[in-house]
Amino acid sequence: MKYIEPHAHMVSRVTDDYVKMTLAGCVAVCEPAFWAGFDRSSADGFYDYFCQLTEHEPKRAAKFGLPHFSWLCINPKESEDVKLAEDVIALIPKFLDRPNVLGIGEIGLNKNSRNELRVLEMHVDLAARYKQLILVHTPHLEDKLKGTRLILDVIKADKRIRPERVIIDHVEEHTVKVVLDAGMWAGMTLYPESKCSPPRAVDMVEVFGNERVWMNCACDWGVSDPLAVPKTALEMKKRGHNAEAIDKLVFQNPMKFLGQCPKFKIPGVQV
Amino acid sequence: MTRQQVLDLYFMDARSKLIDLAAFIDRVERANGEDDFRMKALREALKNLSNEGKEKAKQVLLTFSDPTTNPIAAATTKAACGAFPGVMK
Repeated sequence: MKYIEPHAHMVSRVTDDYVKMTLAGCVAVCEPAFWAGFDRSSADGFYDYFCQLTEHEPKRAAKFGLPHFSWLCINPKESEDVKLAEDVIALIPKFLDRPNVLGIGEIGLNKNSRNELRVLEMHVDLAARYKQLILVHTPHLEDKLKGTRLILDVIKADKRIRPERVIIDHVEEHTVKVVLDAGMWAGMTLYPESKCSPPRAVDMVEVFGNERVWMNCACDWGVSDPLAVPKTALEMKKRGHNAEAIDKLVFQNPMKFLGQCPKFKIPGVQV
Repeated sequence: MTRQQVLDLYFMDARSKLIDLAAFIDRVERANGEDDFRMKALREALKNLSNEGKEKAKQVLLTFSDPTTNPIAAATTKAACGAFPGVMK
């Protein structure tokens, strides 16, 4: 089985994870810009991070034969400081032409504050101006429903953005339908406690269909599993889904969405 | 899958999780003090499991969710806690 990992924070993972992912059939990994677990002290910190995402991490992944792609933004947890966000967003265009940059992400909301919304709007505007794909983080736990609605309103309000070029990640049973009804893609994140489990993700696919959905692990510096996607493929197999159905979810669908960026190419892999 | 197949595949796991949940509630009730909004939300969410209707997982999530629609003035914390403090029936 081959699969694409569309959302993994590899800067926070060890090389053992690259080995495991490659052995499990991963053929490409995509890494959105995220919160490092602490607040960066200035825009310079983000500049260094963007260099890490676009220079160092692809080289680290390449040692395991894995193409690495990235997304850029100031993440929602650091978006309460609008001035900092403006400075960081001003840096992003310098990086957009780098060969592994796919778009703007993971933007979104965290606690659903006014400043977070302003920063989200700035990112959406940036994506529109530079014709970038958008990857969205929806808030955790009790904040997810409200945040998803607010995010969808912001994106729908910008008529320059085509919904099929937006993936709303971390959907759960109470948000997946509203995302799909908006014509956007829905990401199911297989992450312990705060997001989905493999059985629940497969349930959602069985109920809502397998169009415009993908699965990802969003592994990071917390307790998380870089192999969550192939484990969910196994869950599908246990339920009797055939190889074609599994391939659609773990390879074809991410390929379809990410392939909207011409830079997303996997050497040696037949589509 | 047939219902029988679903049960064969998942019953033991669900049973284990239910026992863990029951043990958690026992543990909470053994401890001194009052329920806070999280425990109240959890007790409310549990009622969804006995409902006739479909989408129980969705209803549980909705029970824990912030139902308000306006953005908050400012984010003073980073983390979520699992339940919305403002909604209790």
